[in-house]
Amino acid sequence: MTHTHTLAVQDLTLGYGDRTVIDGLDLVLPAGRITAIVGANACGKSTLLRSMSRLLVPRSGQVLLDGKQVHRMPAKELARTLGLLPQSPIAPEGITVADLVGRGRNPHQRMFSRWSAEDDEAVAAALDATDTASLADRSVDELSGGQRQRVWIAMALAQQTDLLLLDEPTTFLDVSHQVEVLDLLTDLNRSRGTTIVMVLHDLNLAARYADHLIALADGRVHAVGDPHEVLTEDTVQAVFGLSSRVLLDPTSGRPMMLPIGRHNVSVPA
Amino acid sequence: MTLESVQTAVQTGPDAPPLSTAQVVARGRVRRTARRRWVIGVLAALIVLGYAVSLLVGQTFYSPAEVIGVILGQDVPGASFTVGRLRLPRATLAVLAGLCFGLGGVTFQTMLRNPLASPDIIGISSGASAAAAFAIVSLSISGTAVSALAIGAGLGVALLIYTLSFKGGVLGTRLILIGIGIAAMLDSLTAYVLSRAAMWDLQEATRWLTGNLNGVSWAQTVPVLVALVLLAPVLLGQSRNLSMSQLGDDTASALGVRVERSRLILIIAAVGLIAFATAAAGPIAFVAFLAGPIAARIVGPGVSLLVPAALVGALLVLVGDFLGQFAFGTRLPVGVITGVLGAPYLIYLIIRTNRAGGSL
Repeated sequence: MTHTHTLAVQDLTLGYGDRTVIDGLDLVLPAGRITAIVGANACGKSTLLRSMSRLLVPRSGQVLLDGKQVHRMPAKELARTLGLLPQSPIAPEGITVADLVGRGRNPHQRMFSRWSAEDDEAVAAALDATDTASLADRSVDELSGGQRQRVWIAMALAQQTDLLLLDEPTTFLDVSHQVEVLDLLTDLNRSRGTTIVMVLHDLNLAARYADHLIALADGRVHAVGDPHEVLTEDTVQAVFGLSSRVLLDPTSGRPMMLPIGRHNVSVPA
Repeated sequence: MTLESVQTAVQTGPDAPPLSTAQVVARGRVRRTARRRWVIGVLAALIVLGYAVSLLVGQTFYSPAEVIGVILGQDVPGASFTVGRLRLPRATLAVLAGLCFGLGGVTFQTMLRNPLASPDIIGISSGASAAAAFAIVSLSISGTAVSALAIGAGLGVALLIYTLSFKGGVLGTRLILIGIGIAAMLDSLTAYVLSRAAMWDLQEATRWLTGNLNGVSWAQTVPVLVALVLLAPVLLGQSRNLSMSQLGDDTASALGVRVERSRLILIIAAVGLIAFATAAAGPIAFVAFLAGPIAARIVGPGVSLLVPAALVGALLVLVGDFLGQFAFGTRLPVGVITGVLGAPYLIYLIIRTNRAGGSL
């Protein structure tokens, strides 16, 4: 059911006002894989994600979905292929979980069309996949942070897109809920082949869950590729200006970064 | 899902088999829309009732047969003038203006995600009112030209508030505060126009300051009807986009809404409705502001508020005008009655907004 779509950016320059945030970026996002974008604060991660989902018009260059410019595609057509979960989406007061998830069906509905059985099934499948079916009739206001994040992901799932972009889906969550959300996204990728592209703060979780890692610094790509190639002591130094040790995570075999600060360092690096 | 399975889903006795997730989803949806339909039915019935009472009852009571005769164009002694020329246009304008204020108000409140962002709070009604008062009192023009000026001024104020509050992103508290300031300036402009004209006619003054339906004729009522017929379908066509905009611009856009285009259509249609109604009846105090939140309270969350809010607006104006005419011995303008209802709610909202971010 999943079709392979390629998302790429060519010579992309983005900015707000006088400030250039992304400068002449070229990228290809591998289809059917999980990509994580990492970088220091204000390095342009979220800006890049917003532009890829058409929320920000490029100064120059282009974002291409299957060779077509996303900024020229009809809004609903794009929204049936490419989904985005912003960093802090807003839930209308008092809205129920099922109703909110149902909003994800918008790109599949026409202006005056009635709600279809297919829509109900899609919402149900999204609730089941995120383990939120038992919350269906609850008000979103009452949920815990972890539950709420799963509901937002369910809304993005109800949109049934082959590509899903997420802006820091784990912020404001405690560590167990962070892992839960990333496991859920990985399930989605494995079972349906959905291409996942997410901005993540936590380097270790990014290296653990992503197949493909992009490290941004000052609006440019500093390193890109397999986590083993990207997450190195040199990259951490260049991107974050931080000395660190990178070891192999004994559980996953993926690289793992330990920061070295100024205090409590007993073994010389 | 078939109708039958939805019906099964709605039945939830202790013996009912466990529901599939799709059935739970369908049940919630059926409940929400059923409640909305029921509310719309009741409100519409109350409006019909209020409209009928407004035609029958007054200083003189006319029988339903006499009133129907007048509506059918027969010549009924006494009633033809009182009902045909006074009560009918007045009650009709009450309903039409109420529908316009309700629609315009809830559109702004939903779009800006704040009940304080109603056109009568942020200066759009004040702009339309100042322009209409200036046109009628100082320039002595009437008819479509007045409505045109009122719309121009309403859109101008909307543009001004939008531009002044644009700073990186728009919208939010800054827009509301700027709007309140502009409303105060425009209201004093209206008072100035009225005093300069050296015709401190109380009827005219109260119309442009708080809204008044005294002395309304068909000439004022018909343009409002035309505006409603043209603009209400435009707003209703944007109903789904309006609901989606509650999720925030980024989410709505990611779900296929062309946010800027939709916002432009909504603003023009809503300002048009407000301006036409204001040019005819004045800025009837707080109707636009109250209709949406009252409708939201009775229909519950998650459904489109456009139609329920329009009906609540019509009911407020109709009942307010009737009470103003007959409940207090002296004839009070409708705006005084709706103002007394709206002011405490405004105070409540400001107190609540201080504690937590407001939303509709």
